[in-house]
Amino acid sequence: MTERTETRAASPDARDVLAVRGLCKSHGRVRTLDAVDLDLKPGERVALLGHNGAGKTTLMKLILGLWTPSGGEIRVAGAVPGSAEARKASAYLPEAVAFHRALTGREQLTLFARLAGAPVKTVGELLERVGVADAADRRIGTWSKGMRQRLGLAQVLLGRPRIALLDEPTSGLDPISRHDLYAIIDEMAQNGTAVLIASHALTEVEARTDRIAIMRKGRIVADDTLARLSARAELPIRLRLTAQNDDASEVHARIGGERINGASVELLCSPETKMQRLAHIAALGDLVIDVEMAPPSLEDLYRHYSQGDRT
Amino acid sequence: MMTRVLAVAAAELRIARRNLWVLMASVIMTLFALALTFAGAAPTGALGVDLLTVSVASMTTLSVYLAPLLALMMSFDAIAGESERGGLALLLTYPVSRGEILFGKFLAHIGTIALAMVIGFGAAGMAAALSGGAGTESLTALLRLIGTSILLGAVFLALGYALSAAVSSPTAAAGLAAGLWLIFVVLYDLGLLGAVVYDNDGFFTRRIFPWLLVLNPADAFRLWNVGASENVALANGMTGVAGALPGWSAPVSLLLWPLAAFVLARQIFRRVQP
Ligand SMILES: Nc1ncnc2c1ncn2[C@@H]1O[C@H](COP(=O)(O)OP(=O)(O)O)[C@@H](O)[C@H]1O
Ligand SMILES: [Mg+2]
Repeated sequence: MTERTETRAASPDARDVLAVRGLCKSHGRVRTLDAVDLDLKPGERVALLGHNGAGKTTLMKLILGLWTPSGGEIRVAGAVPGSAEARKASAYLPEAVAFHRALTGREQLTLFARLAGAPVKTVGELLERVGVADAADRRIGTWSKGMRQRLGLAQVLLGRPRIALLDEPTSGLDPISRHDLYAIIDEMAQNGTAVLIASHALTEVEARTDRIAIMRKGRIVADDTLARLSARAELPIRLRLTAQNDDASEVHARIGGERINGASVELLCSPETKMQRLAHIAALGDLVIDVEMAPPSLEDLYRHYSQGDRT
Repeated sequence: MMTRVLAVAAAELRIARRNLWVLMASVIMTLFALALTFAGAAPTGALGVDLLTVSVASMTTLSVYLAPLLALMMSFDAIAGESERGGLALLLTYPVSRGEILFGKFLAHIGTIALAMVIGFGAAGMAAALSGGAGTESLTALLRLIGTSILLGAVFLALGYALSAAVSSPTAAAGLAAGLWLIFVVLYDLGLLGAVVYDNDGFFTRRIFPWLLVLNPADAFRLWNVGASENVALANGMTGVAGALPGWSAPVSLLLWPLAAFVLARQIFRRVQP
């Protein structure tokens, strides 16, 4: 770890609500986090993407002060993780939320509100806000998984945290619940809460976050906006041509590429050569009856960074 | 600090009530105490003491077994269970210290035990007093029995938290709890008894054995109840040992144990990384 950390900027931006520097964690002889750097500013929504076992949950537990790091440094709202100050500033939605089956939703949330020092009267509003007000006075043991996830989200909203760490918040949610979840995340961000969302559900994250950090085997391998990550990856644009009369052999012969089936040819080109390619295709005239163009998807991008085939 | 402790205690008390712990503990104590009181009614005349005294003596023996058992059954799951369900990690991200969590749970559990003791021993004591008479001394003995039973419960609650924090699964905690009960309540005494027989009334038996006995909270509980009342001792057949120790030894042991066990539990809980 040392080599890496020393070369990084030593002093984090004072505005950052989260600053992680050179963070390492070993479980026995296995290194699960290796020289991780990460910053979050107030109101920023950051997606933390990575395969299972990449180290997302480990990173969150270290930020929360639940586990002790093997090396490196973390500051949460300027405080040491686990300190009273850091705990007040942060909120957490665990990967698989479990509450006490014998308590009702309202009782469970009231307990959390008291511990957080938040006014107990907000409990009813929050239950309403996440859409479980109807079940509030039933035991959690009778609730569905989605409802428990919503209760988990309600406790994140308690006391207006400065940073929220959501571990796989969309797992087990139906599409409508997901939509509600992201609406709540947006609202939190607008109120100045920094939100870190660990996920491998790429599709929603795309439009909903300001920045994407990709983890692979305990390292952050990319951390930037989606647009810049795409540009840097230089992933090819995919052009698919449909030939006249279901016969692609002549198109293939004149323009190259790869035949997909009898009627189609697929070409890859860089963003810079795109227009030139299109001109060639136009020159083929009637031979081509349709052109489809697909920019690199988040999926491609994710695969690119998370499998380490960078140049 | 107190609001957080009370918040945890309130939630825990609700859980104990819904899990029927409160009801079960009270019913068990009442049934056993009543049964013993009336089974012990026979030798009253021979010893020349009232029925309540005899009843307190036999309920002392009962409590040595039941109070630790009830306490361990309530406490073994306290941390291991929460940790396995994943609720512990979330709880610990709140601004509440581990000592406060533990103390909140303790308040709820000791309240449940106290209620069971008061109801169970109270009912049996009342029945004995009504049918066989009672005096000031036997009433004091009954109150002492209830108080010391609660203390004994406190010791084993805290020991239960300690082992619940030491292992990661509730099943392992349950096994350890059973072992702990067996050691403190049965094996320790058996071992000492063996040593006494072997020693044949030598130095060990007269000088060391009583102190070893009072070191065990379960025996300190017995000695306190026996030592404080001659009549209870008479009915219990423990006059010898009680006489060999200063009067303060059993109370000091039984009062220090809950504190020491709680500190131990908190130390172990501090190391847990959920
Ligand atoms: N308590 C633990 N003991 C040993 N290894 C662990 C422990 N927790 C996590 N790991 C390992 O750390 C790595 C990262 O796990 P995790 O942070 O849960 O990944 P993710 O949340 O990205 O799926 C995995 O290889 C996992 O096996
Ligand atoms: Mg995970």
